[in-house]
Amino acid sequence: MSVVAITDVTKRFGGTTALQGIDLEIEKGEFVSLIGPSGCGKSTLLRIIGDLIQPTSGTAAVNGKPVRQARIDREYGIVFQDPVLYDWRTVAKNIALPLEVARWDRRKRAAKVKEMIELVELTGFENHRPWQLSGGMQQRVSIARALSFDPSLLLMDEPFGALDEMTRERMNMELLRIWEASASTVVFVTHSIAEAVFLSTRVVVMSPRPGRISNVIQVDLAQPRTATTREEPRFFELVTDVREALHLGHDLERAPA
Amino acid sequence: MSAVAVEGPRLRAVAVRRGAGRALLFVAVGAALWGLWEGYRSLWIHEGWSWPFLVTDTSMPHLHSIVQALYGHARPGGIGPRLITILVKAALFTAKEAAAGFALGAVLGFALGVVLAQFRVLQRGFLPWVVASQTVPILVVAPMVVVWLNPKLPPGLRDWGSVAVIAAYLTFFPVTISTIRGLHAADRRALELMRSYAAGELRVLWKLRVPAALPYIFAALKVSATASVVGAIIGELPSSIQSGLGGQIINYAQYYTIQPTGLWATNVVAAALGISFFLIILLAEKLVVRRAPENVA
Repeated sequence: MSVVAITDVTKRFGGTTALQGIDLEIEKGEFVSLIGPSGCGKSTLLRIIGDLIQPTSGTAAVNGKPVRQARIDREYGIVFQDPVLYDWRTVAKNIALPLEVARWDRRKRAAKVKEMIELVELTGFENHRPWQLSGGMQQRVSIARALSFDPSLLLMDEPFGALDEMTRERMNMELLRIWEASASTVVFVTHSIAEAVFLSTRVVVMSPRPGRISNVIQVDLAQPRTATTREEPRFFELVTDVREALHLGHDLERAPA
Repeated sequence: MSAVAVEGPRLRAVAVRRGAGRALLFVAVGAALWGLWEGYRSLWIHEGWSWPFLVTDTSMPHLHSIVQALYGHARPGGIGPRLITILVKAALFTAKEAAAGFALGAVLGFALGVVLAQFRVLQRGFLPWVVASQTVPILVVAPMVVVWLNPKLPPGLRDWGSVAVIAAYLTFFPVTISTIRGLHAADRRALELMRSYAAGELRVLWKLRVPAALPYIFAALKVSATASVVGAIIGELPSSIQSGLGGQIINYAQYYTIQPTGLWATNVVAAALGISFFLIILLAEKLVVRRAPENVA
């Protein structure tokens, strides 16, 4: 059974067609990036998977359930571009938020928060307030919060888009480590070709107006990825493949109908 | 990746220095206002100017004679208790009414705000009436409340209980308006996050909307704190309560031409009471609202 199954999904906002005829299956353990220019509907697709918005037509399922039921069963955790931490809560309390909503008892909650703090390497910052942390640290809190209740699926909407290049590359490494440790499936929206290739097992290239999948590129780089992965010839070939696929999608859009 | 948190002792030193600076500023402004009052007085008396009003010892007594009156005996001839003793007693009585009224108004105002924010239909239907309630002069409402309520109150609550209700009437309105505004101020993404956790309405309210609304609510509570004191003083007038500041104001207003310092002294004490109420709320806010610096009103 696929973790994510999207069948013929179309989404219209008023007169504009944000997504048209999307079919996508994601298997357990995959790391799939959605990449494309602004307006290609990649964030919209992610939000349909999360049941934050509903498709105009077509069906979306997570772990074999309609997305609404999957959301109610807390099958996924989500990370936005902004960390969206509650500034009146400490780091530990922010991570505990979904556990409080799910009515975990206090002792179980404390144990889980400790485990997550260790996973994202924020030991010593439990009682800090979000605004006392750097942007990268805030995003790690956000990731810990998304994973705290052990969801089988992690949805990430340009999570490192607001970070500088150095921090971003370090966060990429950390995310891969966390992904391996938590054995979850990841759907990752990004603007960055290098980031998509480095992180993913599969890159889904999208093109705009109307938003659709124009290409799917299997990333056959060896696991686990390391700092030197970015220097391998195969890495550059894949980056070129994705770039060309993006341009092709762009040309398709420009070409007369 | 280093934290930008400042260590405790240095933070405290900064806070102490800032506190001392503020106290100094407060005293400096006080001194400037004193200078302005006395300067205006002496200039107008010296030049004999009568616009906008003639300045005499009756219309503008010396500030030091107001202070003198506070520490002098209430009745001429040096007998009986000092004026300040009488006024502080009266202020404590009024404070009881205002505090009860404030608590009642704040709780009701918050509850009304929550209900109206949760149900748009109710908000559309009721909010205009809530606004209308505040356009009715409190001097009209006060005697009615006393006439309706006083006979129903148990002896322990009689008179001051009615005044508390009048104070509550002035208190609830800013709290309701700000609660509605604050509950809608939660970040859109933060709300989506709650949706992704499949959180129920009540959870969203207590874990997100109310904490996000607190800076708004406290801004309103600060306004209401001083309004409740005014409400209590005004409420005392139609209920002919003699034990509070309202009674003292009526009393000294009658003797203003003979002894103007008495009314001024009563004013000073009433202002001090309002300021104390404000400061208590300010302190409560510092203890309760722990938000990022940019989110504190």
